[in-house]
Amino acid sequence: MRILVTGLGTFWGSHLAQHLEQLPEVEMIVGLDTQEPRLPLERTEFVKADSNYSILDRIVRATQVDTILHTHLIVDSTELPGRALHEINVIGTMNLLAAAGTAGSPVRKVIVKSSALAYGANYKDPYFFRESMSRSGPPRTRVERSLLEAAAFVRDFAIDNPHVTVTKLRFTNVLGDDVTTPFSKALRLPVAPEILGFDPRLQFTHETDVTGAMVFATRQNVPGAFNIAGDGAIPWSEVCAIVGRRRIALPPILTQWAAEPLRMARILDLPPEVLSLLRYGRAVDNSLFKRTGFRYHYSTAGTVDAFARSLRLEGAVGTNAPSYRYERDVETFFRHSPAVVRDQS
Amino acid sequence: MIDPPEPDDRPKPRTVTSEPVVDFPDPAEAVARSVALVPTTQRPERLDLEPNESEIRRGDVDPYGRSEHMREIARRIYDPMYRYWFRAEWEGLEHIPTDGGALLVANHAGAIPADAPAIMHGIETELHRPVYGLAENLFRAIPFVGTIWSRLGGVPAHPDNAYRLLKDDRQLVLVFPEGTKGTGKTYQDRYKLHRFGRAGFIEIAMRSGVPVVPIAVIGNEEAMPILFKSRRLAALTGLPYFPVTANMLAFGPLGAAIYFPSKFRIRVLPPVHFDVRPDQERYPRAQVMDQSDRIRDAIQDALYDMLRTRRSVWFG
Repeated sequence: MRILVTGLGTFWGSHLAQHLEQLPEVEMIVGLDTQEPRLPLERTEFVKADSNYSILDRIVRATQVDTILHTHLIVDSTELPGRALHEINVIGTMNLLAAAGTAGSPVRKVIVKSSALAYGANYKDPYFFRESMSRSGPPRTRVERSLLEAAAFVRDFAIDNPHVTVTKLRFTNVLGDDVTTPFSKALRLPVAPEILGFDPRLQFTHETDVTGAMVFATRQNVPGAFNIAGDGAIPWSEVCAIVGRRRIALPPILTQWAAEPLRMARILDLPPEVLSLLRYGRAVDNSLFKRTGFRYHYSTAGTVDAFARSLRLEGAVGTNAPSYRYERDVETFFRHSPAVVRDQS
Repeated sequence: MIDPPEPDDRPKPRTVTSEPVVDFPDPAEAVARSVALVPTTQRPERLDLEPNESEIRRGDVDPYGRSEHMREIARRIYDPMYRYWFRAEWEGLEHIPTDGGALLVANHAGAIPADAPAIMHGIETELHRPVYGLAENLFRAIPFVGTIWSRLGGVPAHPDNAYRLLKDDRQLVLVFPEGTKGTGKTYQDRYKLHRFGRAGFIEIAMRSGVPVVPIAVIGNEEAMPILFKSRRLAALTGLPYFPVTANMLAFGPLGAAIYFPSKFRIRVLPPVHFDVRPDQERYPRAQVMDQSDRIRDAIQDALYDMLRTRRSVWFG
C-alpha cells in the first residue's frame, strides 16, 4: 500500500501517519501540507506544498500512490478566516480529486475525513441522522457550506471513477487527550457555556476512535459514506457533570451577540454552528460503520469520561503535550543519508 | 484493532512498611529514574481500565431525551389530577401489548390537550411500560418547554424517530394523527374526528412491523374547549392557533392553566395488525389510506358508542 496523506501538519494528519507507519502492509507514506508535521515520524516523507495541491499530479505519478487519505478538511471554523477555510476545504478537495482522477492514475482508494457538521443542527432534525438523510435546512455557516461543496466533489469523483473505493467518514465532535476542538476548549474553562432553557443531546467520538476508523477504512474496503460517533447520546448538562463543570447560561435570544464579548476577550469562540449545536444538539446513527466490522473503543459517555480523566491528570501534573519540532535537515538525514544504518535487526 | 492487548504492567500497589523512607538510592535505579523523567515524545498507552457506562453516567436521560426519574416526579405531581380531577377510567387495557413495540393512536382535542398526559400516565402506572409521545417538533425550539417536554417522554414526530422507537427499541409510541387540527377545533365540532393527516402513522407501523392500537378518549373535549380562535393573534405569535377557551371566560387568565373537571373515559380498541412485509421503501398508497380510514372509523364509532352511554359530562 502506497499512501498519500493530506494535511500532514494538522493534528489528524500527523497522528494518522504515525499509526500508518506501524502497519507492515504500508510500503510508503507521503504527506502534504503547508505546515510541518507535529509529531515525530519515522518514515513518512513530508512534502511542503500549497493547499491548492498544484504539484499533486506530479507527486501521484512519481510515487505511484494507490491510497489517498484526505484529512485536510477544516471543521473548526475558529481556526481560520472564512476565505482560507473555503480555499482549503473546497478548492483543495477539488484539486486533490482532479489529480487523483486523471487518466492512468494509480489511485484506487480515497478516504475523506469529513464531519457530521454537514447535517447541521435544526429543531426539525431527526434524533439520529442516518447516512442517507440530508439536513433539514439550508447551510447558514461558511464551514457547513464548504463541507457540503466538498462532499459534492467527492460524490462526483466516486461516480466518475467507479474503480476507486471512495470512503467518506463523517465524524461527530471529537474529544481526547490531545486534540483541540470547540467543545474541548469550552470544557477546559472553569465554567462551561450553555443556552438558557436548552439541554441538547450530543454525541462524542474519542480521538483514538477517529484514527482507528481512518486506519480501518484504509485496510478494509468500505465504499460509501459512514457516520462515526460513540454509542449513545447524552445531554450537555450531563457532559458538564461528568467533566465536573458548572454551567453559565447564554440568553436564548440574541445568543450570537451575547457570545461576542467572550470571543473578543479571547476566552471562548463560539461560532454559529457550535451555538446551534448547544441549542438543538445532534446525533447520528453509527450502526452502518459498525456493520462493516469496526469496533469502537469508547462510547459517547466513555469519551467524555476519558476526557475528564485526562483533564484531571493535566490539572495535577500540568500539560504534558509532547513537544516536537520538525527539522528538515535532521529528518532528511535520518531517512536518506547513507551514513545511517537502517534495518538493524 | 490498533491497540494490541498489552501486558499487565500497571504499577503494583505499594505495600506500607515501617522501614525508613529516606535512603540512598541504588545508582542503577537512579539512572533509570532520571531517564524516565526525560519527557518522551511518544505517549504511553492508557493503563487505566475503562469504567463501564453505568459508572460514568450522571443522569438517566435516554438517547431520546426521556428521563425515568423526571417521569416519576411528573407522575407523582400529576396523579391527584388524574385520579381526583379527571377520574380517568380505562377499558380494554389488555389490548395494549405488555411486550414489544406498538403504535397507540388516539383522538386529540383541547386548547392545551389533556389527553396525552392522561394516556401516558395511565399506561405507565398500569402496565409499567414507558410511553413516548410524538408531537410537533416546534416544541423543541422553545426554551425550557422543549427540554421538559423531552424529559417527560415527548419526541419530535419525525418518521425515523418513531421507526427507531418501535422497531429497534420495541417501545410504545403514542401519536395523534389529527395533530394541531384536532386540538385546534372549536367546541361545536367536539368528538368529530378530523382527517388523519396523510396517514403517515400507518406507513410507520407497517415499516416497523408493529400493530396499531386505536384509543378513544371522551371527557377531554370538555376539559378545555375552544370557543373561538383569533387568526390575527395566531399569525402574530407564530402559534398554529390562538384559542379563546371557555376556561378563560370562567377563570380569567388563570383559565389558560385550569381544566374543567370533566370525567375521562378511555377505551382501548383491539390492535390492528397489518399483513405486509416490514422495512419496505414504500407501501401502496391506497392500502395505507384504506387502513387509516378503517382505524379512524373505529375510533369515531367507539366515541359515539361511549357518548351514547354517558349520562353526564362531569360524572360519566
